Amino acid sequence: MADAKVIPFDDDRRAAGGSGPSRAGRAGGRHHRPRRSGGGPAQARTAASEAASPAGPGPESAAGAPAEPVMLPGARSGTAGGEAGARGDEADQPLLDRLLGEGWDERTARGLAFLRRRVTGEYEVDDFGYDAELTDHVLMSLIRPVYEKYFRVEVRGLENVPDDGGALIVANHSGTLPWDGLMLQVAVHDHHPAGRHLRLLAADLVFVLPVVNELARKAGHTLACSEDAQRLLERGEVVGVMPEGFKGIGKPFSERYKLQRFGRGGFVSTALRARVPIVPCSIVGAEEIYPMLGNSRTLARLLGIPYFPLTPTFPWLGPLGAVPLPTKWTIRFGEPIETDGYPPEAADDPMLMFNLTDQVRETIQHSLYELLVRRRSVFF
Amino acid sequence: MGRVVLVTGAARTLSGRLLRRLRKEPDVEKVLAVDVERPRHHLGGAEFVRADIRHPAIGKLLVERHVDTVIHMDVNATPLGSRGGRAAVKETNVIGTMQLLGACQKAPAMRRLVVKSSTSVYGSAPRDPAVFVESTVAKALPTGGFAKDTVEVEGYVRGFARRRPDVSVTVLRFAAVLGPSGGTPLAGYFRLPALPTVLGYDPRLQFTHEDDAVEVLALAAGEPRRGAYNAGTFNIAGDGVLLLSQCARRLGRPTVPMLLPAVRWAGGALRSVGMTDFSPEQIRLLTHGRVVDTTQMRTVLGFSPVFDTAQTFADFAAAHGPGILPPHTLAHAVDRLQEAVRHG
Repeated sequence: MADAKVIPFDDDRRAAGGSGPSRAGRAGGRHHRPRRSGGGPAQARTAASEAASPAGPGPESAAGAPAEPVMLPGARSGTAGGEAGARGDEADQPLLDRLLGEGWDERTARGLAFLRRRVTGEYEVDDFGYDAELTDHVLMSLIRPVYEKYFRVEVRGLENVPDDGGALIVANHSGTLPWDGLMLQVAVHDHHPAGRHLRLLAADLVFVLPVVNELARKAGHTLACSEDAQRLLERGEVVGVMPEGFKGIGKPFSERYKLQRFGRGGFVSTALRARVPIVPCSIVGAEEIYPMLGNSRTLARLLGIPYFPLTPTFPWLGPLGAVPLPTKWTIRFGEPIETDGYPPEAADDPMLMFNLTDQVRETIQHSLYELLVRRRSVFF
Repeated sequence: MGRVVLVTGAARTLSGRLLRRLRKEPDVEKVLAVDVERPRHHLGGAEFVRADIRHPAIGKLLVERHVDTVIHMDVNATPLGSRGGRAAVKETNVIGTMQLLGACQKAPAMRRLVVKSSTSVYGSAPRDPAVFVESTVAKALPTGGFAKDTVEVEGYVRGFARRRPDVSVTVLRFAAVLGPSGGTPLAGYFRLPALPTVLGYDPRLQFTHEDDAVEVLALAAGEPRRGAYNAGTFNIAGDGVLLLSQCARRLGRPTVPMLLPAVRWAGGALRSVGMTDFSPEQIRLLTHGRVVDTTQMRTVLGFSPVFDTAQTFADFAAAHGPGILPPHTLAHAVDRLQEAVRHG
């Protein structure tokens, strides 16, 4: 993202000046979400980095600058020793403008407005505890570097996720730790043209753990049960589910990309009841982040967790062993499977449920094989 | 002839407001206020009858005065003044309800029973769905305290409804009632100078404004409105959700995050010095939170609360004053910082 494009100065200033009012206008709305076009993500990230250390907006804006893909020259000049920004025709600008880049005061203002809402509690969460503002400005900005830089996720077929109304995204699950769910969320959040938010259904273990449960709720995740799923789908949300559950995420390395049983197919009947399309989604790359060679059942039982992975690095290297391998990921959304052709009572027909579950599973498995064949290497 | 309404637990603040509200109902001829001690508040023309609902004498009262509507308000989490500890409260809640329902069953004039219950019947557990509807069965039934009382009370009420199908039975499950007068356990918690919270958890909370609570009780005690139906079980809560962290910030009180065992210990300590009721179930609520669905309340009961959760909390915060970190001061500090940045 920070590909240092060399852009002539005048263009920059026009771009910065032109985007100014519109950005300010968007910042006025409380739940605006950053767009890909324009200065969207940059703006979100800046707001986040500014909010992170409220003590001194001046120096820390400069510290945040290297991480941003901003086209403003000043931002770069601030870190690059002012190579360009300090040239003659800029000399009449105030010092801070030169140091921090143009529009720094706007970004600071946005950051402070965000901070103001946070310290006074004047923001809103929905019934599930989803804090849209925090997710947009902070949580997504924290995971985005992993998504863009570390796993270099490639997204395909996002047009299969509808622009409005409910949809159930069904994906494969792998990788020992649920990085795939988070990456799926960033993919939809950042790249969907209509800016949809993915509401993930998570295992109950997530809501038992302190800190994790709090962050999960604020990021819009909820417990994987039919009540919650149906409520979200009926409200027209995009819901993500990984029906393999622990069987998928905790399977040994030797079984990579072999889909496990899809639960009891409860997700199909929920989608049918809510009359929303099912979007099959295949994620390639997550299987190799922690090659799980063994599973210490004794330790797992002692800790009360479903599995305790033994990888070439974990737990031998301690916390360092928990660093995932930097594999190259591909997320592909398949053709939606429409469910509104079925009568409402079809949700109680077990044969139909099995058939639809199998159809979804086969679609994902097929797509996985296709992507694997085309993959050049695990890491590139 | 108008209706004769009997209200139990009349010494409570909320019951007092209900008694005064019932006088405005055109078809109510007489209101009987029952409790073991004389209420300190104004009864609004209701007749006070000193009686203990744990005693069979209550049955005689119901028959002699031709009571046709009973509003059972004496299901409470905390003792009132001198009534003693948790054991006495439990006895009033459970044995009192049993006796009262037994008396109602024998009262020929009975037409309507309204029971004030609580959303505590759902418990609070991480494995429950995020939003409870009236038919949800909690994965972990409450094992003790007030929550278990409400589960038992509702069980007796269902039994009564089966035995007297001619009586219209309404159970109102209230989310935490808050308001300017604030006598509920959660109000006591929010009045602490610093709020102990459980580290790593930010529960979702819902509140009912006391004005709305009084209105919905009066609505349930009367004839149903056109197109509405007031028998059954209803969740009552203001719209929307507040996180505990949001509540603390809006109230301007700092939070003190503690590990769960430490919170339990602190809760016990606070309870023993009588500062607030910090029961294990309240700690569970402040750990996992609880949100209920109020569609039934709107569509079947035909009631729309005036205050949503945020407004209820704002009203409570306004009445009880900001804590040591008033939100407007913090906001002002941020504004000053912004000014400083802009000019300097």
